[in-house]
Amino acid sequence: MNADRRPALKPVSESVGPIAAMAAVFARDVRVAFRQRQDLLNPLLFFIMVVTLFPLGVSPEVAFLKQSGAGILWVAALLSVLLSLDHLFRHDFDDGTLEQLVLQPQPLFLLVLAKTAAHWVLTGLPLVLLAPVLGVMVHLDGNSIAILCLTLLIGTPVLSMIGAIGAALTLGLRSAGVLLSLLIIPLYIPVLIFGTGTVAAAAEGAPVGGYLALMGAFLVLAVTLSPFASAAALRISLSNS
Amino acid sequence: MAFDSFSAFIAMEGHGPYVWACYAVFAVLLVGLMVWSSRHHQAVMASCKRRYQQQENSTSARPKQAATFARVEVSQE
Amino acid sequence: MWQFFHKLGSPKWFFGIATRFMPWLLAIGIILLLAGLVWGLAFAPKDYLQGNSYRIIFIHVPTAFLAQSIYIMMASAAVVTLVWRMKLADVFVKTVAPVGLVFTFLSLFTGAVWGKPTWGTWWVWDARLTSMLILLFLYGGAIALDRAINDEKSAARAVAVLVLVGVVNIPIIKYSVEWWNTLHQPATFKLTEKPSMPVEMWVPLLLSVLGLYLLFGWLACLRMKTEIVMREQKTRWVRELVMAGRG
Repeated sequence: MNADRRPALKPVSESVGPIAAMAAVFARDVRVAFRQRQDLLNPLLFFIMVVTLFPLGVSPEVAFLKQSGAGILWVAALLSVLLSLDHLFRHDFDDGTLEQLVLQPQPLFLLVLAKTAAHWVLTGLPLVLLAPVLGVMVHLDGNSIAILCLTLLIGTPVLSMIGAIGAALTLGLRSAGVLLSLLIIPLYIPVLIFGTGTVAAAAEGAPVGGYLALMGAFLVLAVTLSPFASAAALRISLSNS
Repeated sequence: MAFDSFSAFIAMEGHGPYVWACYAVFAVLLVGLMVWSSRHHQAVMASCKRRYQQQENSTSARPKQAATFARVEVSQE
Repeated sequence: MWQFFHKLGSPKWFFGIATRFMPWLLAIGIILLLAGLVWGLAFAPKDYLQGNSYRIIFIHVPTAFLAQSIYIMMASAAVVTLVWRMKLADVFVKTVAPVGLVFTFLSLFTGAVWGKPTWGTWWVWDARLTSMLILLFLYGGAIALDRAINDEKSAARAVAVLVLVGVVNIPIIKYSVEWWNTLHQPATFKLTEKPSMPVEMWVPLLLSVLGLYLLFGWLACLRMKTEIVMREQKTRWVRELVMAGRG
């Protein structure tokens, strides 16, 4: 692999605080991703293709698409995030960067949080930005599209956070991709339910503030708890190999 | 007894197939799991015993082997 | 206290205790379960709303109850695995997960069959059925992860992390599924349980729950013993035990 094109993780000396270390990890991940642009594009293409399958496979009727458009977009976004999770730690695991990360003096869970945040910025955020276009294609009205984007904006970081646990657990295993999906999909269900439910409630004209607050609570919970689980899982996977 | 006759007990006023299907699947799976687990346990114990006996045979045979370089048939039982 | 804890963690000690208790667990479990089921099937009065189909409750509730409590037990053992690295906890999580899977499947199956005469359909996306289905996925994931990792220590700890993440999620899943259910369905599909169940109904139910619990204890002991023998083959006490034909 083009190892020379991947910038090495800068040695983080004791004097660097955890915040600076997180920023360094984040910046590095973003830089690496932009040098391998295809990896960035693949989940987006996948997202568009899955959404395309529904009108072709079920029905192109406006009534059907209006009713199930939000659900289709949410499921497609969930699957694309799932697809991209395999890359979250894989390259770093293969070239040994991950071992260095574990050996840093800063707490591992903060570094994992930074990595996961970078993953979200690189996959979740583009999905959110793409969603309005696809929303128009499935005949959602303006209000629904706005709510949909809002739920995706709150929900996709949760997907990244929970997914990081699965990615860390299945690191270095054979058939890690399928296993990752098996482990993670059940945990994604609440986010999916509330994401689509909020849009449905908005379409019926119900106030959605409470639902959005609940999704925000999921996000807070995921951000505070999942880095610990991911860090523990990373240590286990690294001791395994 | 909540039923008048045995046939009424089997029929359960038309709900018999559902009730009995549930109980049958439950019995098959539970008993199957229990039987399978205990047979697996016995198989593991037996295979361990066989391995230990093999080891004992081979360790008791080894000094002779070292002295004479004769082939020693190790029983596979 | 700590001495007791260490003893509890010792596979040898557990093996002895399990061997001593297993016949009792099996005998009392079978008696209670059979008593509960026969009572429930033949002697309990029929439900005035659902007729005789409600008799499925005497296996549906015990299996559902166990399916959930096995997952909670696995989560507690997972904490022990991660914090104290106790061998027995690893063995427990690993060997009990398939049992939990079977009980979850049974409760789903009996729920579906019960639904046919009661609701007129095999499957409804009822909140309880759906969250049991998700529990089935969680069990499946734990078993799949355990099978995928070769090194048994890493496997145990990875599964422990997964089970703990799952147990944090279970209340969230339950809540969200219930919310989703009220959003999507008119409340016609409610399992009508009278607030006060007559004594002739809940006593057999209690008996079968207890019986199944004891049988689960027996199963867990047996399966843990098998796993211990496989793992501790090289130790002297297992060797002596196996050669003496005990266990």
